[in-house]
Amino acid sequence: MSFLTMTHLEKIFGQNRVVKDFSLSVEKGEFISLLGPSGCGKTTVLRMVAGFESPSAGGITIDGKDVTGLKANSRNIGMMFQAYALFPNMTVADNVAFGLKVKGAPKAERDARVAEMLALIGLADLGGRFPFQLSGGQQQRVALARALAPRPSVLLLDEPLSALDAKVRVSLRNQIRQIQQELGITTIFVTHDQEEAMSISDRIVVMNGGVADQVGAPFEIYNRPRTRFVANFVGTLNTFEVEVADPASGRVMLAGQGLTLPDAPLAARAGETLSVALRPEALRLGRLPDAEALLTAKVTDVHFMGSVIRLKADLAGAAVSLDTFNRPDTPPPVVGSEVEVSLSGRDFILLQA
Amino acid sequence: MTRFFAWGAFLFGCLYFLLPLVGMTEFSLKMRRGEYSFDAYRRVFEDQRFWDTFSYSLILSAATIVVGVLLVVPTAYWVRLKLPQARPVIEFITLLPLVIPAIVIVFGYIRLYNTSSFLPLTGSALGTDILLTMGYTTLALPYMYRSVDTGLRTIDVTTLTEAAQSLGAGWITILARIILPNVMVAVLSGAFLTLAIVLGEFTMAALLNRPAFGPFMQLLGANRAYEPPALAVIAFAITWGCMGLMQLVTRFSKHERAKA
Ligand SMILES: Nc1ncnc2c1ncn2[C@@H]1O[C@H](COP(=O)(O)OP(=O)(O)OP(=O)(O)O)[C@@H](O)[C@H]1O
Ligand SMILES: [Mg+2]
Repeated sequence: MSFLTMTHLEKIFGQNRVVKDFSLSVEKGEFISLLGPSGCGKTTVLRMVAGFESPSAGGITIDGKDVTGLKANSRNIGMMFQAYALFPNMTVADNVAFGLKVKGAPKAERDARVAEMLALIGLADLGGRFPFQLSGGQQQRVALARALAPRPSVLLLDEPLSALDAKVRVSLRNQIRQIQQELGITTIFVTHDQEEAMSISDRIVVMNGGVADQVGAPFEIYNRPRTRFVANFVGTLNTFEVEVADPASGRVMLAGQGLTLPDAPLAARAGETLSVALRPEALRLGRLPDAEALLTAKVTDVHFMGSVIRLKADLAGAAVSLDTFNRPDTPPPVVGSEVEVSLSGRDFILLQA
Repeated sequence: MTRFFAWGAFLFGCLYFLLPLVGMTEFSLKMRRGEYSFDAYRRVFEDQRFWDTFSYSLILSAATIVVGVLLVVPTAYWVRLKLPQARPVIEFITLLPLVIPAIVIVFGYIRLYNTSSFLPLTGSALGTDILLTMGYTTLALPYMYRSVDTGLRTIDVTTLTEAAQSLGAGWITILARIILPNVMVAVLSGAFLTLAIVLGEFTMAALLNRPAFGPFMQLLGANRAYEPPALAVIAFAITWGCMGLMQLVTRFSKHERAKA
């Protein structure tokens, strides 16, 4: 039995079915991200786990115990919010101690735990400050310490980084992940930033319109998206129409070149067209010996981004993006030039519907 | 030219408000023939009834403030948290005491709680004091509610509540440890306004026949010449003292926040 389970959760606001048949099992110590566009119901799912919304249908268990009907303040859940939610009238130390105080822990134990938590987030000497004297990043670190201090069974984070600037976001998300692994705490993290989700999660739940479209490890989600929505939402995608040559072996034709798709046998007849997709990094610049096909593309745009160079090009009648690594001895292609592009059928993603 | 008229209007306003005050103060100092003295003030302070009624009103205003805070803070908080759509209605209700004269309220009280009613509060001194406190609370409601509601606007009530709940806190803890301390300045300014209202209130205390400061001022005014203006100056000083304290508390707490 998983540590945290959500079974057939549903939430209806008035006429609006915001979460539909949402099921998920989370293992102890796992870091799960809920990823999806704005309004897809991520926060609503998280709030049902926290106990701030009660599900219209379905159930939630934590550590084998049914908590569906339990009040928020008796679920022993740590929560971190998007807005800075520190208590303005209390010092940093008092904020962190609040949960323990409510539980009635003795002062000596509280002080020790506060010191431990402040050391964990690297703010050991700021215990006496008030929240308004801290930067946004520091406030969110204190909020994390406050959520963790009473040793919650589950940690819930609702876009805790979205109000911070880019540099702080990256360093803080790594710190959150590191602390999470150190404590081994089961965590659900809500974000609409795919890079954020992929870089720190054990598994990602891609949500769309209140349902979980796909659940899987970042590598799986990125390379084997199951729906067109997931494929488009996570990462950049180049789509092509290919003509089926031999469904049994997965053989298709693209611009006169033969390619073998990985998902054979294909559910299409010879002569039909299929929608397939390719990640920018699967289109490789130059003539590569292990590639199945070689096409020429006309470069229309060049973005030099440092270690990666992203090209826009016309390839087999489609506008595509392709990524290549920077090499100090080779300047990037110029706009308008023709380049050779290697590609292989095994890298293609077959899009259903 | 506009500047000239602006200054003119300002000066006219000052004179309009200040002249009666100056005249009153001047008159209150003239008890001794031919010279200025504080005789009238001494007479007021020597009068035991002054101290009795003043302390009675002070105690009742303290009770009023406590009842008002206990009534208004949870209500305003709950409305902001759970019933934001009901805010206009609640605001309208809290404004009613400004529209309905005190005399109507007190006659209503006397009808409802007289000695032959189901709850004969007017039958004992303590019962009447309770009734009077409730009446004062009603009179102070518009000011108290507005102050507290403004105070609540400065904090993110929903998020703070949810943060506290997720840490295991119940409603009492949330109100006492998080909401109240964060609206303390607003509560204090409401409290000082309440104090000023209760000290000057006449109708309710007189009709319920309690020894409050308001009826004493009236009694003195009806029977003496020099003491009433002296008393008026004293009452005025107390009110302004309250306003000053209110300012001070606001200033002080901001200062505290900035330096803490
Ligand atoms: N209390 C509520 N009453 C009515 N509708 C609500 C309520 N809370 C959320 N909704 C609706 O439910 C839908 C999902 O909201 P939710 O906050 O879960 O989205 P989200 O995925 O977290 O989006 P975002 O990325 O913008 O935070 C939205 O259409 C929203 O308008
Ligand atoms: Mg959200």
